[in-house]
Amino acid sequence: MIPSAFDYVAASSVQEAVQVLSQAGEDAKVLAGGQSLVPVLRLRLATPTTLVDLNKISELRGVREDGDAIVVGAMTTHHDVINNELIAEHAALLALATLTVGDPQIRHRGTFGGALVHADPAGDLLAPAVALDCEMVIVGPSGRRTVPAGEFFVDLFTTAVGPDELLVEVRIPKKTGWGAHYEKFNRVAQAWSIVGVAAVVWTEGGSIAQARVALTNMGATPVRAVGVEQALIGQPASAATIRAAAEHAADGTSPTSDGSADADYREHLARVLTGRAVAAAAGVGGWRA
Amino acid sequence: MKTELSLDVDGEPYHLAVDTRMTLLDLLRERLGKMSPKKGCDHGQCGACTVLINGRRALACLALAVAHDGSEVVTADGLAHDGALHPVAQAFLDHDAFQCGYCTPGQICSAVGMLDEFAQGWPSAATIYPASEPELDHDEVAERMSGNLCRCGAYANIVPAVQDAAGQMAPR
Repeated sequence: MIPSAFDYVAASSVQEAVQVLSQAGEDAKVLAGGQSLVPVLRLRLATPTTLVDLNKISELRGVREDGDAIVVGAMTTHHDVINNELIAEHAALLALATLTVGDPQIRHRGTFGGALVHADPAGDLLAPAVALDCEMVIVGPSGRRTVPAGEFFVDLFTTAVGPDELLVEVRIPKKTGWGAHYEKFNRVAQAWSIVGVAAVVWTEGGSIAQARVALTNMGATPVRAVGVEQALIGQPASAATIRAAAEHAADGTSPTSDGSADADYREHLARVLTGRAVAAAAGVGGWRA
Repeated sequence: MKTELSLDVDGEPYHLAVDTRMTLLDLLRERLGKMSPKKGCDHGQCGACTVLINGRRALACLALAVAHDGSEVVTADGLAHDGALHPVAQAFLDHDAFQCGYCTPGQICSAVGMLDEFAQGWPSAATIYPASEPELDHDEVAERMSGNLCRCGAYANIVPAVQDAAGQMAPR
């Protein structure tokens, strides 16, 4: 299908983009990489009258170091996230998860910020953002504000970013030296995650000192698996610890039932994939579940 | 609403006015007569419309033409040089790496982009991260070509063709 008619504005700065958004209100949509928005427009699930393209705003691209954090521009493409040395060193979880997003063609065009603001519950970057305690920097007509990742995802396809605002960058506290893994289950290559698990683990002297685990597609928004984290912290980094902790993976979640999986199957997947993800992140070999 | 844009396709410059809603795929096929990018799913799932935009493989069906003012686009047509097939296209012929051929131009563009990414040491999900000297074995090629579907199922010949083009003959 052909999208409904819209005016196209290639903004040259964040200020210009915000200004156009303020004037157009709910009738505007922001074009980042377009890998989700273009299908949405062509299915006429959205019918904006103004499209604000951010691709010409170079300040929104790239990764930099800022003290204890690394800062990823919202328009940084998935491929640039995957191939960035700062991310590999300080936020490897993000690179590992991004490697599983879509397919290579999609990853050349799709952007980190676009995927986060689209907020598809099956999207693979939401749970890592939560597990890494990211801070989302939003710019609107009244200036800049920062929202923690845990409060950023409001509902299905809904975030804290207002209609006249932009996500401009994401601050990721460094997790240098932490073990990391993203484990997802899907039917075929490039399909959406049925369930995914993001895990980062800090081990000291054979014990798990710190752990962050977050789940993809176990509810309308990404879920921190707090019960798993509590069962891991302070325990030996062993298969027995991980097996016991993973039993808590579905606690407090409310996964949906759809054509891919029933809710109880998703709960089962959450437990199995959590075991695999934490074992890989903690470097516990010979894992079977 | 119409907007003017200039872009370079297969080495030729074009300047034209397009509807803001037109995809790059429709522009290539309907305005420029470039029929090698195919319209398969038209929703970014099959890879049949894969072209190289500024040297990187991308899906023409998910690219709004209006957003590509000043871009350099290469389709499978534009890969031939001085009347000689591109080595990837030749390898597809040599290995009979197609049946109906509908996905083939997209597969070839994708493979050209992929081999360049591989040569630059970019990792894939088939490689433990960070990548250490991966080889283009079957799993690597399958993962790196996962954006291109072949509904005839010619993968058994596509993978060796890509490996051949990469200068690494598949073990038989």
